[in-house]
Amino acid sequence: MSVAQGKTESAGGVARRGRVRKFSLTPTVTVYLALVALLVVGSVLVGLNGGVLLDQGGILNILTRSTVLGLVAVGQTIVIITGSLDLSVAYLVGLCSLVAAETMAGSDGMMVPGVLLALGVAAVVGLVNGLVVTVLKVNAFIATLGVALILRGYLEDNYTGPAGSVPRAFQHLGFDRIGPVPIGVLLMLLVAAAAWWYLRRTRSGYHTYAVGGDIDVARLSGVRTGRTIVIAHVLCAVAAGLAGVFLASRLGSGAPYVGTDAGYDLESIAAVVLGGAALAGGRGGVVGTIGGVLILATLDTVFDDLAVDPFFKDVVRGIVLIVAVALYARRKLPRRSA
Amino acid sequence: MTANGDVVVRLTGITKSFLGVPVLRGVDLELRAGEVHALMGENGAGKSTLLKVLAGVHRPDSGQVEVNGEPVVFATPRDAQQAGIAIIHQEFNLLEHRTVAENVYLGREPVRRGQVDRRKMEADTKGLLDWLGEDGVDPAETVNRLSVAQKQVVEIVKALSTDAKVLAMDEPTAALADHEVELLYDLVDRLRTRGIAILYVSHRMREVFDLGKRITVLKDGAFVTCALTTELSSDQLVRHMVGRSLDALYPDRAAPEDLGEVRLALRGAGNDRVRGVTFELRAGEIVGVAGLQGSGRSAIARAIWGVEPFTTGTLEVDGVVRRITDPRTAVRLGIGYVTEDRKGEGLALRQSIRDNALLVRRAALTGGPGRRKSDLGELLRSVAVVGRGEHQEVRYLSGGNQQKVVLAKWLAVGPRVLVVDEPTRGIDVGAKQAVHRLLRDLARNGVAILMVSSELPELIGMSDRILVVHEGAIAGELPAGAGEEAVMGLATGHGRGEVA
Repeated sequence: MSVAQGKTESAGGVARRGRVRKFSLTPTVTVYLALVALLVVGSVLVGLNGGVLLDQGGILNILTRSTVLGLVAVGQTIVIITGSLDLSVAYLVGLCSLVAAETMAGSDGMMVPGVLLALGVAAVVGLVNGLVVTVLKVNAFIATLGVALILRGYLEDNYTGPAGSVPRAFQHLGFDRIGPVPIGVLLMLLVAAAAWWYLRRTRSGYHTYAVGGDIDVARLSGVRTGRTIVIAHVLCAVAAGLAGVFLASRLGSGAPYVGTDAGYDLESIAAVVLGGAALAGGRGGVVGTIGGVLILATLDTVFDDLAVDPFFKDVVRGIVLIVAVALYARRKLPRRSA
Repeated sequence: MTANGDVVVRLTGITKSFLGVPVLRGVDLELRAGEVHALMGENGAGKSTLLKVLAGVHRPDSGQVEVNGEPVVFATPRDAQQAGIAIIHQEFNLLEHRTVAENVYLGREPVRRGQVDRRKMEADTKGLLDWLGEDGVDPAETVNRLSVAQKQVVEIVKALSTDAKVLAMDEPTAALADHEVELLYDLVDRLRTRGIAILYVSHRMREVFDLGKRITVLKDGAFVTCALTTELSSDQLVRHMVGRSLDALYPDRAAPEDLGEVRLALRGAGNDRVRGVTFELRAGEIVGVAGLQGSGRSAIARAIWGVEPFTTGTLEVDGVVRRITDPRTAVRLGIGYVTEDRKGEGLALRQSIRDNALLVRRAALTGGPGRRKSDLGELLRSVAVVGRGEHQEVRYLSGGNQQKVVLAKWLAVGPRVLVVDEPTRGIDVGAKQAVHRLLRDLARNGVAILMVSSELPELIGMSDRILVVHEGAIAGELPAGAGEEAVMGLATGHGRGEVA
């Protein structure tokens, strides 16, 4: 009944695509290209100022700055891929640093229980986030904001400043190096690698992408969507917990606002988005996120070397973020046929 | 093992009500291996509910479902899947950013040593594609790089990978380009010869007769008849569905004295898709635009409305040369546009009927008095939207009712020119007729209508004259009542001699 039973038409895409994969400018590639460009520009600027950006100290500086944000952002990547997000991570980082430091209370024997308890608390907070999102069906923004406020209330009520103390032995985590590389950086990369493996190699990881891509499709295909979202939230919270533990090791004690002072909630989301993930879910990855974290850390390092006004710093970070997302959006402009 | 012709699925006396409203009242259906069974009925006849019962989405209130002679109860979609029943939905259930293989095995990824066995997944997908004779699809390709027809193949492969013996296809051609429909015919045929039982839901008469061996007709949730296609004429079929025959399907055309002044005139208009488009559109007439998919028939409509504007030539509205560079300008000049992509461009799906109907009015007409509540009710009554009141979200409406809301949206601003693209795509016979009548009534009230359609009977039945587009240019104009061959001749570039 339709007009084109005519076979003359050849337009349209039934034609076979070549097997050859062309090098394509995916967000992940873009973010690393941007990183390289930034390093070059930064080196020149710092060089003109009479300093050196990329000597060993400089590189270490960038990597060290990336450690805590990297941990948090890797976790954030997983929740964002499911189409959720977590605004409670900043307070959670503080809370976990306190739990770890207070449990250890300077005693060597309590190091393992301290770490486990901190991660356990994180997991419970993540579980609550996940359940509020899936069972109570509260929008993730509101759900995790609510949990963040609860955590803040608890912290403000019970702490006025640093508390607890970690034993000297535990501070090795924060300050030692293996060869030239700080243990913290290795820890962060290890967590990133584990998250990459989880997302790219396990069924649960596949389902994470599926749920974020289209939750109805995932459900109709037999994916347990609720469970997938809850797992994502737990993993994200545990990553934030690790960040808290690491900070306790560096600071020597727990600090209630160490996470919020650094703005790890929004900063981690910024890094994930900078790394090419779609805030709506279904797309993104750990590799891109680490790129995003490195860009933010490099910016900070360059600005510090140049002794730039901190307010101007934020302006530039904001511009970088918006430009990056605008560039990704451009590439996705709908192409119409017919 | 079932042999071809064996009954694989039998539904008997299925009833289902929602909130006390009966949607299915005692429906019987038998699906046989290696047979295509067509399911027809108007919107609201209960076809999609029946599909959902079959898919395990809804549990019937009463009645029995048997698979291979065994009574079964599907509590979840998974149960139906395990019983070998798969549904190919009208909107594809695919993840655009994942690969073909990842989509096919979603939720059932093979695991080896704790990891997803990607290689096996892709090899198995390849195997199924080969079995279907579809070697043009690469299992490692991302779905968003496939054509619509290829996506449909992926859907089918996904169903087959669950070892489906029964495939229910809901309006499988609705989303396909014209030339892809034939590929689907082929595919359905291959599935059939491989012993799959196919339930084929479609509004398109020709497909049903070409493909189906049996036809089951539903009306208002009740079983009307089940017959062999060879024993049924299309007239009888339409009567079964709506209780009227094909002859009554199209309203009377405009008489010469009904035509008013020229509302819209194009002279040598073109852009990068079409060129040299010249025609006049008068008040009171419906001018049809025919052409193959990709010929530029829709591009003309979109250019008039300013989505992809003309870059050359002139466009006159009511005798004044205008440059329409965006839809807002078009709306303010009194031009309405009913898109072919109803859900994507025509409606705000999560908004109410009311908000959708007033969308254009609120957006484009400033300064005038707002339409009062009673006026809106009158408007919705005039297009005969059937819904649960004006505050219902339009995504819950049937396709036909959604289209009526789109029309209401334009009627609310009283356009003088209405450009409609595929006005009845994917809606049932009854709603189709209502839309046709509505368009003709508008023309009688002095609206100039340009109607793009790929359905020749509709185009010929409705148009006062037909413009045929071929490769971006108007190949000719045919008078009312031209034959299908004449239109096709021009559309394929063979019939220039017949230009009227």
